[in-house]
Amino acid sequence: MARAAVPGRLTWQAATVAATRAETATARTLVLDVDGWTGHVPGQHVDVRLTAPDGYTAYRSYSISSAPGPDWLEVTVQAVTDGEVSPYLVDVAEPGDQLEIRGPLGGWFVRRPADPRPALLIGGGSGVAPLMSMVRAAMNPTRLLYSTRSPSDALFTSDLATARAAGDGLVAVTHVYTRVAPPGWPAPPRRLDADALSRVAWPRDADAVAFVCGPTGFVETVADLLVDIGHDPANIRTERFGPTGG
Amino acid sequence: MSTTNAGAEDAPWVDGNALAGPLGEIMGADFTVAELTCAGCRTTRPLAAMRVFDRAPGLVARCPHCEHVVMRVVRTTGRFLVDLRGSLVLSLPVPQ
Repeated sequence: MARAAVPGRLTWQAATVAATRAETATARTLVLDVDGWTGHVPGQHVDVRLTAPDGYTAYRSYSISSAPGPDWLEVTVQAVTDGEVSPYLVDVAEPGDQLEIRGPLGGWFVRRPADPRPALLIGGGSGVAPLMSMVRAAMNPTRLLYSTRSPSDALFTSDLATARAAGDGLVAVTHVYTRVAPPGWPAPPRRLDADALSRVAWPRDADAVAFVCGPTGFVETVADLLVDIGHDPANIRTERFGPTGG
Repeated sequence: MSTTNAGAEDAPWVDGNALAGPLGEIMGADFTVAELTCAGCRTTRPLAAMRVFDRAPGLVARCPHCEHVVMRVVRTTGRFLVDLRGSLVLSLPVPQ
């Protein structure tokens, strides 16, 4: 865990919305200021809790999409129709608003920046959020394969271009579009398949680690495909969203 | 994590990662890296790799290999209950 404090009970802490950035028509990044925040390990998440005037509370888990650092973090939220929490975070929350967070959470789906093994990151839809933190913090060779329905559904478009350019060849990004491809795109829209994976996978002897995040069905399929093309199952880490969470 | 475009046909579970918050609050440690040995099929894997069904009263973790329930977490008005009868062994890394 990235907590520098004495290990103890995990508690809810106050967070203030410092800024918001639209990522797509239905997703946005929230910059959260948190007193005493000491950072996180790329891949970790926080639980975000909202409390209604009548005392009713609801919490949801959101991956941290920013690079590790003190005092603030970013979460990227996709609005879920009929959700309890995400519509507020995407459409309503403004700078200055207060909410509560618990974290950073999870020590398994993490890539420590100093880990020398090359990484293959595979994201489906908003599953790219924790992988974006890994890309931003990358100190070792990193390939991202990002599957979205269309270019307008892709998060972090400019950030990924920046990371690719700044990475000095360290970071490679490949997009896959499943329904609508950009004009002039060399391949017709299609689901991620073994062929597309094989073209970005590291050689078998590279001791690469794979991180897969997205909707449950997507993750199941990709994890199976990775094993089919020879990736060691012991070096595949997954994070599934399940059904619409809200 | 729980933000997704997935349709209703998508599988109805999430990962053990989702238990990091509630169990962290109860136990004061990261239990997603705890390894559980399933009492059903005797395979061992981190809690993060179990399937968690969270659309129920409480949280139910099942083994992805045999679907046996390995952990249940329930919150009542005044207490947290953690039922571990489906796990033979729970092992945690020694804190560094």
